[in-house]
Amino acid sequence: MKPAPFDYVRPGSLGEALQALAGHAEAKVLAGGQSLVPLLSMRLAAPAVLVDINALPDLDHVRVDAAGVRIGALARHARVLADPDVARVQPLVTQALANVAHATIRNRGTTVGSLVHADAAAEMPMILRLLEGSVDVVGPSGRRTIAAEDLYVGPLESSLHHDEIAVEAFFPALPANTGVAFAEIARRHGDYAMVGVAAVVTVEGDQITSAKAGYLSVSDVPVVVDLTETLQQGGDPGETALALLEPETDIHATAEYRAHLVRVLTARVLTAAVENAQERV
Amino acid sequence: MTEKTHELRLTVNGVTHELTVPARRLLSDALRHDLGLTGTHVGCEHGVCGACTVLVDGKPMRSCLMFAVSAVDVEITTVEGLAHQDGSLGPVQQAFRECHGLQCGFCTPGFLTTITAGIEENPDPTEDEARDMIAGNLCRCTGYQNIVKAVCRAAELKAQGADR
Repeated sequence: MKPAPFDYVRPGSLGEALQALAGHAEAKVLAGGQSLVPLLSMRLAAPAVLVDINALPDLDHVRVDAAGVRIGALARHARVLADPDVARVQPLVTQALANVAHATIRNRGTTVGSLVHADAAAEMPMILRLLEGSVDVVGPSGRRTIAAEDLYVGPLESSLHHDEIAVEAFFPALPANTGVAFAEIARRHGDYAMVGVAAVVTVEGDQITSAKAGYLSVSDVPVVVDLTETLQQGGDPGETALALLEPETDIHATAEYRAHLVRVLTARVLTAAVENAQERV
Repeated sequence: MTEKTHELRLTVNGVTHELTVPARRLLSDALRHDLGLTGTHVGCEHGVCGACTVLVDGKPMRSCLMFAVSAVDVEITTVEGLAHQDGSLGPVQQAFRECHGLQCGFCTPGFLTTITAGIEENPDPTEDEARDMIAGNLCRCTGYQNIVKAVCRAAELKAQGADR
């Protein structure tokens, strides 16, 4: 349970960090390390070089304006969770963050790190997909923005190049007439969820004009399902979602139980999101 | 092959230590093996059990999920740093003693550090809040009832100024 040896650099500037990454195809970025260090300790990963970005300046920001929330690469989950402006402008980020591991992990782990770690069992990648946010990365050829729908390509695999560093995430603000909800079932609060679901619903009077749900821990990438038509036609949203999901059996839950949770939680978050939308008219 | 080592300074319980370690040395191992501070316990070594929790600039963090080389520029507090200057028990330690909050004691250092920070942030926790505060720490003796009592008692002791 000890990591394999690696070379370690702790650059003081983004330029130096990029240089360190560019030299090694087997280099890995270390920010909070709350997912990476266990992988190293269990020797599921053995990078040749670790580039510790914790000493980089000006990356721990949380900026909120009318457009949305911008989170720097070194902003810890706990800091984002405690920010009242984040909760006001995009409450789904706050609701989901309260379910990210335990407070002790949130004190060290970074939101951007979690996003690019691309774990389909984690909350924030699914939330970024559902809210159609993006991640800004910097590499040798400059800065680019990756939309959430292009970010997640496979289990624990993002579309970042090995020589790029994610520097900022963007979660768009929640528009008027639109409500959100989040629910997950875990064996203990703070554990990885067996299934988690979030919903974003827009209403006009009594009519639902848009409804989408995001799913974590059900397929091997975060999945977003458009449920607008199903709801408008009086269909069963849980069944619509399951047609696009691939629940699997593992040590934590059977595929059948996961499918059951999808049905229950989908109904639950849709109801809550509709109520929330009507409050926000 | 000799492994490359790094010289670094760690500030632990107000004392600055100089040590030479390979980059892969976990903070938990640096505290225990290099500095001899064996109060910090290592349980699962992948961030689940909470036994190795220390305070980093006052906030609880898993020392098994940090590298010593990355813990420079911060103040670390281990369970050895929770007693009063004169060696008498701090409020959380005293509360664990009064409430029988420990059985085998293996998980205790992680609980003590977590609760020390927890009652700093929330000086008057309800029982539910106490449970939430310790949700990231496992006690395999399953002595949670008394640990929850100890959280509330520790908050009382601290408020009474037992925290000198």
